[in-house]
Amino acid sequence: MNLTLGFLAAIGRHVLSWLASIGRIALFAVDTISHLLRPPFYAREFSHALMQIGWLSLPVVGMTALFTGGALALQIYAGGSRFNAETVVPSIVAIGLTRELGPVLGGLMVAARVASSIAAEIGTMKVTEQIDALTTLSTNPMKYLTLPRVLAATLAVPVLVGVGDVLGIMGGFLVGVGRLDFSAATYLHNTMDFLETWDVVSGLIKGAAFGFIVALMGCYHGMNSGRGAQGVGRATKAAVVAASVLILASNYLLTELFFSA
Amino acid sequence: MIELKDVHKAFGSKHVLRGINLTIESGTSMVIIGGSGTGKSVALKCILGLIKPDSGMISLDGKDVTKGDRDAFLARFGMLFQGGALFDSLPVWQNVAFRLLRGSLKRPVAEAREIAIEKLRRVGLKPDVADLFPSELSGGMQKRVGLARAIAAEPEIIFFDEPTTGLDPIMAGVINELIREIVTEMGATAMTITHDMTSVRAIADNIAMLHDGVIKWTGPVSRIDNSGDPYLDQFIHGRAEGPIEAVR
Repeated sequence: MNLTLGFLAAIGRHVLSWLASIGRIALFAVDTISHLLRPPFYAREFSHALMQIGWLSLPVVGMTALFTGGALALQIYAGGSRFNAETVVPSIVAIGLTRELGPVLGGLMVAARVASSIAAEIGTMKVTEQIDALTTLSTNPMKYLTLPRVLAATLAVPVLVGVGDVLGIMGGFLVGVGRLDFSAATYLHNTMDFLETWDVVSGLIKGAAFGFIVALMGCYHGMNSGRGAQGVGRATKAAVVAASVLILASNYLLTELFFSA
Repeated sequence: MIELKDVHKAFGSKHVLRGINLTIESGTSMVIIGGSGTGKSVALKCILGLIKPDSGMISLDGKDVTKGDRDAFLARFGMLFQGGALFDSLPVWQNVAFRLLRGSLKRPVAEAREIAIEKLRRVGLKPDVADLFPSELSGGMQKRVGLARAIAAEPEIIFFDEPTTGLDPIMAGVINELIREIVTEMGATAMTITHDMTSVRAIADNIAMLHDGVIKWTGPVSRIDNSGDPYLDQFIHGRAEGPIEAVR
């Protein structure tokens, strides 16, 4: 009996702690957004974050999209040939990439690269009292550190997703034409004919949501980092895990919102 | 004048401050001494609002520090952190001039740089240090840059958290003199945390001894050698035996 109660109590404690974390993250997000409406704004911090999050993530996101597009073309061709439907390769590659794989894989790659680096940077600033120093220098850390990063990621990730879409489709095109004997004109024709504006726009909206999540998780876990190297390590790991899980969960919710009949 | 009245602060079950009462007169230099982990830095951070006390009242010139314009309140302070707390991503001169490059004290960039170089010179650093990054400096140099940043905007009140730790004796002497100079020439109020008894004698007007979360003794520096307080005596003479347990 005691064992059962102990087990239930442990579950209860975890659920309560999890709910408290959700509440804290929600308040952190609201606080971040509220700074958008209140000056001062740190343009230099924002442009630096834009460079770090956007421009420097381009190679990893681009390569991921290129290879995913190629692999997707091979898989769809192999599956489609069972039903004599090989001609759907270009359209499914394009739709699959723009609606789902482009934003999700792009978001996950940015989460791995950016959430970890933001959490480690801010976490180290916290344990070395740099965050306290900012406050004593009359500079709000949320305004100076969090808002520029969250805003930059929210604006940069959709652009990365857009570039990833183009490169992914190009990966499919190269495999389709080079390995699967599609003519270049037919491949492009089938891609453009079946692709709708909403397919691309919905992916870009997802990209913005994922960018917001990635930077928010990096900043939140960095700001709440424990002491010492171990604390920063834990914060970094928590930021990447939380960002990845939230990207996948919000992807489902957004897909349900955009495409459910 | 800074006044702390019955200030309490606990972290979980650990009660760090158990009712601190302390007054720091304007234009004087107060040094807080006490063993490691007795809450000296916590008391200092409570005054700045970096840590919220559980109870008690902290006032500056009679006004509750938790009320009123926070930016205006912080603009009156400068702080030297224990480890320097320099911003890794900024060169030294931008660290020193941080306050002068943004906010209400903003100056033109060239002027801010000039002030930063002058403050660096004041703490014994050459102008060529200005364009280096903090990671390129030794620990002692970082500390001096932190000190230059604390005094850059010529604040009315300056807090020093272990200002001479990690410095050689000569540089420690220079920093002690500088702190004394800031109090006498600029008329600033200084509050210093240190374990270095040479520093204490060099920079303090008044001393407060913090132990077990309360102020055990406070008084002018001239009285520390004949205070009659067993805690203070043990601390300033560095004795292992006495009312303060050596193992904490």
